[in-house]
Amino acid sequence: MRTLAIALVLLSLAACQREERALRGDPMADESREKIALTSLSPGDSGPIEVRTGRGEEYTGNAYHQSEGKKLFKQMNCNGCHANGGGGMGVPLMDDTWIYGGRIENVVQTIREGRPNGMPSFRGKLPDEQIWQLAAYVLSMSRAVPQDVAPSRDDDMHPRPAESRQPAVTGVQGGTVPPSGEAPQ
Amino acid sequence: MNVPPRRHAIEELTDTGLDAKTLSRMLADTWGTRPGLMGALTAVDHKIIGRRYIVTAFMFLCLAGLAAVVMRVQLARPESRVVGPDLYDQLFTMHGTTMMFLFAVPVMEAFAVYLVPLMVGTRNIAFPRLNAFSYYVYLFGGLMIWVAFALNAGADTGWFAYVPLSGPENSPGKRVDLWAQMITFTEVAALAVSVEIIVTVLKLRAPGMTLDRIPLAVWSQLVTAFAVLFAMPAVMIASTMLIMDRLVGTHFFNHAEGGDALLWQHLFWFFGHPEVYIIFLPATGFVSSIVVTFSRRPIFFYVGMVAALVATAFLAFGLWVHHMFATGVPQLGSSLFTASSMLIAIPSGLQIFCWIATLWSGRPVYTTALLFVLGFLINFVAGGVTGVMLASVPLDTQVHDTYFVVAHFHYVLIGGAVFPLLGAVYYWFPKFTGRLLDERLGRWHAATAFVGFNLAFFPMHILGLMGMPRRVYTYQPEMGWGPLNMLSSVGAAIFFVSFVMLLWNVVASLRNGAVAGPNPWDAGTLEWATTSPPAPQNFDRIPVVTHREPLWAERDALPVATGLRVGVREVLVTTATDATPDIRETAPTPSIWPLISAILTAIAFIGSIFTPWAVLWGGVPVGAALIAWFWPKGDPEDY
Amino acid sequence: MRPRAGVACVLPLALAGCQGWQSALDPQGPQARSLADIIWVFTGVAVAVWVLVAVALAAALLRRRAEPPDPLSRAPDRERAMGYAVGGCVALTLVVILALTGYSYATQKELFSTHEGRITILLTGHQFWWDVRYEDPAPSRVFSTANEIHIPVGEPVRIKLEASDVIHSFWVPSLLGKQDLIPGRQNLVRLQADRPGVYRGQCAEFCGWQHAHMSLLVVAHPREEFEAWRDAQLASAAPPSTDEQKEGQRVFLSNPCMTCHTVRGTSAGAVAGPDLTHLASRRMLGAGMLPLTRGNLAAWVVDAPGVKPGVHMPSIKLEPHELHPLLAYLEGLK
Repeated sequence: MRTLAIALVLLSLAACQREERALRGDPMADESREKIALTSLSPGDSGPIEVRTGRGEEYTGNAYHQSEGKKLFKQMNCNGCHANGGGGMGVPLMDDTWIYGGRIENVVQTIREGRPNGMPSFRGKLPDEQIWQLAAYVLSMSRAVPQDVAPSRDDDMHPRPAESRQPAVTGVQGGTVPPSGEAPQ
Repeated sequence: MNVPPRRHAIEELTDTGLDAKTLSRMLADTWGTRPGLMGALTAVDHKIIGRRYIVTAFMFLCLAGLAAVVMRVQLARPESRVVGPDLYDQLFTMHGTTMMFLFAVPVMEAFAVYLVPLMVGTRNIAFPRLNAFSYYVYLFGGLMIWVAFALNAGADTGWFAYVPLSGPENSPGKRVDLWAQMITFTEVAALAVSVEIIVTVLKLRAPGMTLDRIPLAVWSQLVTAFAVLFAMPAVMIASTMLIMDRLVGTHFFNHAEGGDALLWQHLFWFFGHPEVYIIFLPATGFVSSIVVTFSRRPIFFYVGMVAALVATAFLAFGLWVHHMFATGVPQLGSSLFTASSMLIAIPSGLQIFCWIATLWSGRPVYTTALLFVLGFLINFVAGGVTGVMLASVPLDTQVHDTYFVVAHFHYVLIGGAVFPLLGAVYYWFPKFTGRLLDERLGRWHAATAFVGFNLAFFPMHILGLMGMPRRVYTYQPEMGWGPLNMLSSVGAAIFFVSFVMLLWNVVASLRNGAVAGPNPWDAGTLEWATTSPPAPQNFDRIPVVTHREPLWAERDALPVATGLRVGVREVLVTTATDATPDIRETAPTPSIWPLISAILTAIAFIGSIFTPWAVLWGGVPVGAALIAWFWPKGDPEDY
Repeated sequence: MRPRAGVACVLPLALAGCQGWQSALDPQGPQARSLADIIWVFTGVAVAVWVLVAVALAAALLRRRAEPPDPLSRAPDRERAMGYAVGGCVALTLVVILALTGYSYATQKELFSTHEGRITILLTGHQFWWDVRYEDPAPSRVFSTANEIHIPVGEPVRIKLEASDVIHSFWVPSLLGKQDLIPGRQNLVRLQADRPGVYRGQCAEFCGWQHAHMSLLVVAHPREEFEAWRDAQLASAAPPSTDEQKEGQRVFLSNPCMTCHTVRGTSAGAVAGPDLTHLASRRMLGAGMLPLTRGNLAAWVVDAPGVKPGVHMPSIKLEPHELHPLLAYLEGLK
């Protein structure tokens, strides 16, 4: 009985987070205090020190943020290089291989700071809120978000099945730091 | 076979030679519902299910009414911030959805489920287990959408849910999926009830109740049931297409891939306009019953009234485009819909004139029920004439989607259906409970409701012409809509108070109301021939009908038919037109399977909000439950 | 605080600019006049019908009567007389209905037989603003503005209606009835104003959170004035003249503004939001939400979602030393 009650509460919380519409982002639109390592190398044997605030779950678990991210993906012409996630001039985003790490903080950092070989920096061009939304959507393309949160098809021509139609995977390959073989030159 | 002789004897015993007391006791035993939880869950008595339906529908009325009150508080002042746009959109969606799908249609069906078997003089509704199933499905659908609302997943795209706004791109999350699935729930329930009503009316009428002796209230429910059969599939298809667009990635409404956003509107309004008449026609039946009883004369021009019902239901399917005049449909097409929309004024007008003629030539008794009907006549005509305005294409382009339309359809739906419904509550409450509602409080209730309703909705006509669009969560102060909105909100508060008075009256009268005899109003139709509340078997002996108002024609005692068995549930099946006795048919006994099937159906429906595969794996247990439901158990009805 | 400021600013505008702010009963163009006529005629008939029914009902109830107590005894002649009366009423209803239908058809033909006009405008609905594109055979004479339609007085203007996301509806009550903007379709309307003035219109199909604040203005000018306005709009944005404005332009181009908005003549050329080339020549801000003043502009730039919850424009983080030059620059975009 208690298990059932807990399950119901969890279910309801999940629904709340999924359905929340944050109509007004952080008014200060401040950059978050995330600290992400770009390499697994660090002096000493403790590994690089990272700070993750847990803000990512607000975005990966929220349907509204991801649908906004999907709109931004088009408006910001991400398709120009990433071609609906299939990749072209830029890397594909639908697969589960991540050069710079597959957690949302890594993707946020990639968008905000840019990456070598062509990924531009959107620092100052997009408010922090929208960068997180975009990153959450990027993750949904590789099935790294819950299926009931991932955006469905849009009213457009369709190059591929909707994010919510892709089978769920457990865990994202690629880790948080680049495997040495695929590290950028 | 190996049937014990004693049981055999009881089963074969008929009511022919029994004295009244024994007969009544034995029938009550056969037709009764067992006490206790199991009895409640297995009940198939149309009166028990009907009562549950009525109470549930009024609960939803209460919830949707509270949503309306919050909206009126928000709109009372310009740029008020009582609720934000997100919550407001959910509120008006829940209000419209609940009122249309969970209150108005079900409450009319609920009265049908309770009253039609009594009015046609039979012992139970046809397919009583299906009836129980339909109630549970309706209940689960309604609970689902309100639980979702409580979890901040209330639908927010309006009760009409136009694509692309409700489509996958613009409504992320599960809100719209829950809404679309709620449609499926309620439509399954509505279709089931209409099948029951049609069969009950056509095959279970008391002997002698030829087609031209059927009470108008039953006629209206019959015509409505046929309208439901034709209208509801359209919206079920539409909502299924929507959920497939959202969940499976189909492109029914995706214009870029060959779909069309207007397809939704056509399908929705092909259901949506008949829906209004599905709500209104049963209400005309209530009006006819009340007018006849309290004018103390039969209805004037019965045949015309029946023809008007049929004509209205028929025309109702040819009007839907008048909801779409602003979408750019071709002019020739929209002209056709202007003509048909105007034409529906004829049957409606005929009904109004006949009721007035009946009142004119009768001896009116001013009970609360009749007061509500008088309120109906005044308000409904006001809603009707604005309906004629909306039928005109050019005029509609100015008032479509403004508060003028909000005023119009509230006059039609509240004035045209809720006022008769409230009258029906006062009229049949003694039959349902055995006690009369307090007439003094009832008069206050009627007056408050009339004043509050008109104060709340009349100013909206003017607001609409002043340019106020509907579905706005607020408006700017410089638009000058503030004072009339404040007036409307005050009226809404008064209207709300009137419902509190009704609730108080019901609660108080249940405990201390005057005891009603079988026929407190000296009415003429069959439901008043039995005790109040009716015994489980409805009638000890099936009445034989010789007149349209049998209780007026046979003042001393109704002639009865005999020969039905008393040890098993048996109903008399008569022919469809002349109602001559045809065969004796055993009727289903209580069963738990409708409840189990409904639970499994609900699981399958709710599961399919999250994955389309639920249709498949959810179908298996539903199928198994249905097999168990219909498995021959050796009961008499299985032969 | 904001709404009251709104009243203070808009009231003079309302009084000065427009006899018909937004009312179907205050027609300022030929179409709205026909529509107002038909509204009044139908209303008159409706009121007459309602009064007649109410009187008949009252007469039926208040009539002195000596009916027999038996509900089933009826006088055949009186039933027949009542039959004639009811039949007459139905026939009368039919006549009224036919007359109204004929009148409606005539008006429909008059209003919708043509959509031609000398100027063609493509109006595209977005959540929650209007993109207004003046079309012209010469590509150099095509330009975009937002939330404000300028038209010459006394000339029909052809408007093509399209939508980019959801269904909206174009409605300027004092000039014309509504017509929907539907994704994947194009509708046409004809817009004409009799005399110079400002007429308010509002989205009339529920389109989401800010359906309530999706309005536009139609500004009717005399022909010469309209041509002057159009020439001014065709020009690129005025280059910043003061140092502060130059700094403002730098802020504009190095902040999120330029990823959504266009200012012709600069490197900002995005189309996700309204064209800002001549922002300061417009009267309102945020699709008719606020009058365009420096204070409102500041609030809008810094916290648009706070002003208009659900709007797609995000909050922009700006320091005061960036905000003031930016406002100066935007105000200079005449």
